[in-house]
Amino acid sequence: MTTRTLRAPRLGFWEVFGAVVLVAFAVVAFLRFSRGLGAVTHLSDQFPWGVWIGFDVLCGVGLAAGAFTIMAIVHIFHIERFEPILRPTLLTGLLGYLLVIAGLLFDLGQPWRIWHALVFWNPHSVMFEVAWCVMLYTTVLVLEFLPIVFERLRLERPRRVLRAIGTPLVIAGVLLSTLHQSSLGTLYLIVPTKLYPLWYSPMLPFLFVMSAVAAGLAMVVLESTLSGRAFGRHLEMDILEPLARGLVVALGLYGLLRALLLHRTGAWLLLLHPGYEERMFLLEYGIGVVVPWCLLLVPAIRRSKQWLPLISLFVVMGFLLNRLNVSVTGMERAAGVRYIPSAMEFTVSVGLVALGFVLFALAARYLPIFPDEAPARAAADGG
Amino acid sequence: MSAGLLFDATKCIGCGGCTAACKEEHELPLPIEDRTTAATWTTVQKRAGVWTRTMCMHCLTPTCVSVCPVGAMQKTARGAVVYDAEKCIGCRYCMMACPFGIPKYQWDRPVPIVGKCVMCAERLADGKQPACATVCPTGATTFGERDTLLADARERIRQSPQRYVPHVYGSDEAGGTAVMYLSSVPFAKLGLPENLPRQPLSLLTWQVLGKIPDYAMMAGAFLYGIHWLTRRRMQLAAEANARAARPAGRAGA
Repeated sequence: MTTRTLRAPRLGFWEVFGAVVLVAFAVVAFLRFSRGLGAVTHLSDQFPWGVWIGFDVLCGVGLAAGAFTIMAIVHIFHIERFEPILRPTLLTGLLGYLLVIAGLLFDLGQPWRIWHALVFWNPHSVMFEVAWCVMLYTTVLVLEFLPIVFERLRLERPRRVLRAIGTPLVIAGVLLSTLHQSSLGTLYLIVPTKLYPLWYSPMLPFLFVMSAVAAGLAMVVLESTLSGRAFGRHLEMDILEPLARGLVVALGLYGLLRALLLHRTGAWLLLLHPGYEERMFLLEYGIGVVVPWCLLLVPAIRRSKQWLPLISLFVVMGFLLNRLNVSVTGMERAAGVRYIPSAMEFTVSVGLVALGFVLFALAARYLPIFPDEAPARAAADGG
Repeated sequence: MSAGLLFDATKCIGCGGCTAACKEEHELPLPIEDRTTAATWTTVQKRAGVWTRTMCMHCLTPTCVSVCPVGAMQKTARGAVVYDAEKCIGCRYCMMACPFGIPKYQWDRPVPIVGKCVMCAERLADGKQPACATVCPTGATTFGERDTLLADARERIRQSPQRYVPHVYGSDEAGGTAVMYLSSVPFAKLGLPENLPRQPLSLLTWQVLGKIPDYAMMAGAFLYGIHWLTRRRMQLAAEANARAARPAGRAGA
């Protein structure tokens, strides 16, 4: 029974790559905290928020949105055929939030004061809302995830306690995470004269929630594909196809609202004379929204094991580009400087993603994450 | 009773007295840099052929005060926007949000804080003027009550219309500022943004933040309602199935 867990990990390309990244990550972490932000980043007085906010926080939170979406579908709408993907999605959400917090600890000037948000209140600040949403929703995710750990440890009593508060917990989770997704958009409402008109909109909070739901669903497809490959499991197309239909709706609504807003503000006129920002926008909206949406309308493509993950990857890339466009591309002109992250900033971001993969693999190995594996495992143990 | 500063760019000779006095008053390290930093809170530079100052505008409804999650930025009763380094966590949202690009950061320190002009709030509390205003030899920077300064500025424009752009910058920008400018060239050429709304920027976020309690209650009730409805429907379906599965003879017995 224990031979499986004691086996040394095989050293393929990804294992070596991951180890190198994690070592570099540790070195940068040391430099960051001993020498300050200026020594490792390309941030400046003109460009105070970089890729640690734009990628690690904005993208990390968005990609974790699958968790609240699937939790709501299964436990509030009681559409139970999605039950098998609930646990991996929840794990992705929890890891996403833990890594967002890790990213924040890098980016904050004085991270050891993060608790100040608990005692020095300013309810007029969006950042105050963001801080509370991160703390409360991470707590909810931990409580939602703990039953899986208790199941592994065969702790029945605490599991029953958590099950008793299950419904309020799920509702609180949906509320907190939608508030958090939207608040990341609200952050940028305060810069109407700085953020380029292709991205500034009074509806940014809504746009952030809607794009996160679409990206969250696309992430569920991707993560099912990847874990299918890594753990040698077959793809559950009877679950992923309906998800793809949900993705058509979510992506379509988001794309439509985006287009309507650009029309109303007249910002689309900028596209007639494409410059740097316009090209980035077209890339984002074209490959992240229009192309995948059109392809997903074809039933045969939605059912295809090859096409669906590829299109989901497009949706996720488009989402990442959107968050980076809001936080970097759209802010450069007003700042009067071009911001390109330093190699060390990249290292931290890539390192956190690598850490996420490692933690996911560990959790998938030691915890009952993929429930339909249980009978197979029991059979293997018995034999 | 809100204090303010009026800077008349047509009177500035670029002597740099204000910048030196600022460094001395706040014990900031030299040199005096050519743009504001965490260690240089005000500068004098020639732009478009005119000497102009850069410093915190001390907004009447400051964006930085509204965005700071821990309340490290505060507006004093006298009108100065001050910074409490002991509270600051270093999120730098004030730097992002400030429409004038004023707060600056100590990028080279492992324990960094924000630096910005605080209108010499401690001197104000002692009944003194800000250091920069006391040393200005030409009266380009003058200190006083904001209302008085604004009236004075408008009077100067009325008396010498050929000398000034017919607007007091700061009278209503972003809801109005305590530091105001007069100039002979367009304010944009002095590096002052001319595309700012007339209302405080914090209204933009408060319109959303203020709705959160309503959203939470309505969405919570809605989600619980859906949860209850769908579960009830499943229970009824299960009962109907169970009834249908029972032997028909039992109903007659």
